[in-house]
Amino acid sequence: MFKEPDVTQELAAAHGLKADEYQRILEIMGRTPSFTELGIFSAMWNEHCSYKSSKKWLRTLPTTGPQVICGPGENAGVVDIGDGQAVVFKMESHNHPSFIEPYQGAATGVGGILRDVFTMGARPIAAMNALSFGDPALPKTKQLVAGVVAGIGGYGNAFGVPTVGGELRFHPAYNGNCLVNAFAAGLVDADRIFYSAASGVGMPVVYLGAKTGRDGVGGATMASAEFGEDAEEKRPTVQVGDPFTEKCLLEACLELMESGAVISIQDMGAAGLTCSAVEMGDKGDLGIELDLDAVPCREDAMTAYEMMLSESQERMLMVLKPEKEAEAKAIFEKWDLDFAIVGHTIAEDRFVVKHGGEVKADMPLKALSGNAPEYDRPWVETPQAAPVGDVPHMDPGEALLKLLASPNYASRRWVWEQYDHMVMADTVRRPGLDAAIVRVHGTDKALAFTSDVTPRYCRADPLQGGRQAVAEAYRNLCAVGARPLATTDNLNFGNPERPEIMGQFVGCIKGIGEACTALDMPIVSGNVSLYNETNGNAILPTPTIGAVGLLERLEDAIQVAPKAGDTLVLLGATTGHLGQSAVLSDIWGREEGAPPTVDLEAERRAGELVRALHAGGLLNAAHDLADGGLALAAAELSIASGLGVELEANGEMGPIPWFFGEDQARYLVAASDDQLERVVEMALAAGVPVRRVGSVGGETFRIGATVLALGQVTEAHEYGLPDALAS
Amino acid sequence: MKTAVVVFPGSNCDRDLAVALRDATGVAPAMVWHKETALPEGLDLVAIPGGFSFGDYLRCGAIAARSPIMPEVVAFAAKGGRVIGICNGWQVLQEVGLLPGALMRNRTLKFVCRDVTLKVETVASEFTRGYRQGQVVTIPVAHHDGAFTGDADLLDALEAEDRVAFRYVDAEGNPTDAANPNGSDRNIAGILSANRKVLGMMPHPERLADAALGGADGALLFEGLARVAEVA
Repeated sequence: MFKEPDVTQELAAAHGLKADEYQRILEIMGRTPSFTELGIFSAMWNEHCSYKSSKKWLRTLPTTGPQVICGPGENAGVVDIGDGQAVVFKMESHNHPSFIEPYQGAATGVGGILRDVFTMGARPIAAMNALSFGDPALPKTKQLVAGVVAGIGGYGNAFGVPTVGGELRFHPAYNGNCLVNAFAAGLVDADRIFYSAASGVGMPVVYLGAKTGRDGVGGATMASAEFGEDAEEKRPTVQVGDPFTEKCLLEACLELMESGAVISIQDMGAAGLTCSAVEMGDKGDLGIELDLDAVPCREDAMTAYEMMLSESQERMLMVLKPEKEAEAKAIFEKWDLDFAIVGHTIAEDRFVVKHGGEVKADMPLKALSGNAPEYDRPWVETPQAAPVGDVPHMDPGEALLKLLASPNYASRRWVWEQYDHMVMADTVRRPGLDAAIVRVHGTDKALAFTSDVTPRYCRADPLQGGRQAVAEAYRNLCAVGARPLATTDNLNFGNPERPEIMGQFVGCIKGIGEACTALDMPIVSGNVSLYNETNGNAILPTPTIGAVGLLERLEDAIQVAPKAGDTLVLLGATTGHLGQSAVLSDIWGREEGAPPTVDLEAERRAGELVRALHAGGLLNAAHDLADGGLALAAAELSIASGLGVELEANGEMGPIPWFFGEDQARYLVAASDDQLERVVEMALAAGVPVRRVGSVGGETFRIGATVLALGQVTEAHEYGLPDALAS
Repeated sequence: MKTAVVVFPGSNCDRDLAVALRDATGVAPAMVWHKETALPEGLDLVAIPGGFSFGDYLRCGAIAARSPIMPEVVAFAAKGGRVIGICNGWQVLQEVGLLPGALMRNRTLKFVCRDVTLKVETVASEFTRGYRQGQVVTIPVAHHDGAFTGDADLLDALEAEDRVAFRYVDAEGNPTDAANPNGSDRNIAGILSANRKVLGMMPHPERLADAALGGADGALLFEGLARVAEVA
């Protein structure tokens, strides 16, 4: 028989609980907690589940708006898309597990975010993933990229959700901590949304899905600590995914919801049974009593402690209407899923866990989440960056080919061809350029999805970097003709106990909040991942922004269909800003200067102009400008359309700032001769600077005086990533 | 025309296939759960969809092939019934013995999802008569185990009997190695049974059967099939 260890301050410390936190536990309990109770506290109070370092700042984000049906706090955010329908979405990190075991870590990240979406009653219709890795020359990086991409594909492809977009970046700051941020969106009828709050006393608490094993015990606590040299020895804390069971769970849950049997539902993610049961009780102002003898287990002799902390995947907890039990049972059996009544709701504010005839935990439930510690961590403002030094001359054609072949800017085809991006037969615009578009099944409407952040900017100036992440997402949505609706944020940072890291966090949040307000894209869900550092080396601050836009009709979508003879028009102001630019960092290895300033009013004017131009039938193509500026945008347009381009030099500034500067709020659009005059008129009327910068057509790509063969441009872009990853 | 789509746990192209069949025939297909032991009466076509039946945890299609409904599908085919298996559906048909050969892991060892160009090698079947002989069409693939493999005798026989339905080709219609997404023998993308009533194919015609998705070449397959109703 397993002998439970005595609970001491040392044991609490081994669970990641600080001395003052343990003191608070003693006060709440009025006695020394049992081993199981200590485990429950550690699971609920770790950074990953409690947001104790970030809560103070997260509260400042804009989370409301007429389009918002449900903001942060539930499994995922819910946004109105008209006609009684809603989109449910969220982004969540699986950074620590993916570094330790890339395939399963990434796969279960996808599984977790899909569960968050269908727990709310929505059928997942799109997935994205934002990935950050270290130096691609390192064998470790190649191994991580291959494993993570295969894991995402392995899970999403089998589950049957199209993976339509995302990001991939490389920077040595991620050598010791990769980032895997998974996004999922689903579709639901606005009057059939399911929430986690339990209601009614004496209602059965039902366990559904895969059996419980010892996998992931302590996972959430692991994700709340820095890595030391032993990071790769943490493999037993990683869970293993089973997309087949998840697919069955999805179908069973949706059928169950349709049957009217579900009162409330919560998926078992981080800290599994503990977190889900507490969440349901807390939200419903009820207590919960669990009988662990009824939990379906995959391994023998599991203790209460292990069952409460297991992170076995593909499990759900729900409160069902007792009178619908027979119908519910028939659905579980149809899908061959394990289910069991593992407890019931109680009136008192208590969380009682019984096992083997003994009470293993008996604690106040509300105190577990409501009384969780909250810190106002000290922070220092990021110092202003020194100005950029002299930039050497380089032929713009040479610079463009280098950027196109850089693993950071080359085609991501190698990645997204490993993802099924067409299953469900509604992918209107596939991955590759700006945002992807997925039709709302059976309608003429569509949703656009994008994920963005420029961590270099965030490190140099967190406020501008935070703003820019949202602004770029806004631009990507506008460039495909979508009206931006709302945002999810996945905030990845280093150790918040260091004031300079906390300063990055505070600055980015401020910038994100300002931009979301100005661009009317409230934050409806999100996730915070801290302690992304190894041996004191933190990642770049990486607040990934996932954003969703709406197209009322499919014809609102702006095609990438420039015609030979079209004029290329640049919308937005260009000053030739090179601070923190891609050209500086990727070609000369210099991460210098301040990032471009983000004028949110200018962003809005430019974005609305692009949509208005398309509505007027005036555009043959649109593309947003971001990393790599005008040159990279024009090259991507040329590659996507297979047509040549001529880009003119600018007499007022040198070729590097003109072609590669990263001023914000800019778009490159293609218009035919008969459209051109009207485009200019409308831009001037909207107060958006407009300039003819080149033309489409021919067999070459001319940038200033340099002429490149189209094949050169395409090949650099096409092979850059596979070449960099080849071992 | 009366059609049915068999649904296994883990199928994930069942809805897509149902939409394409509905659009072509004007009638929504019957969705038949794998635990059923009888097919609906009077069917003109049984369709086995793509996906990951039973997670593909054993050989792809092997567990689905042992589902209660499959003996009924085999019996239906034995009576001359039309059966189409797409992607995982082809793997299932191969596992129950309705189609020969084997489908191996892609030679890249990676899942591949992209448009491919196919040459219609025969129009002498109800599945392919919507196309022109030799027509080059664009249809996506999305699979991890799609390399069609057979011994030389089988491959020669398939060709001699005009049972190769589709081949992976380049835009000019040449069966080049570069155009072969998975390493299939002789670039074979789809084959017919000896009685020409059963088709297995890896590409997904249901995914490009709607111009809004970027192409409708796949629709010609379903429209060709739907002409069964006119003939009958």
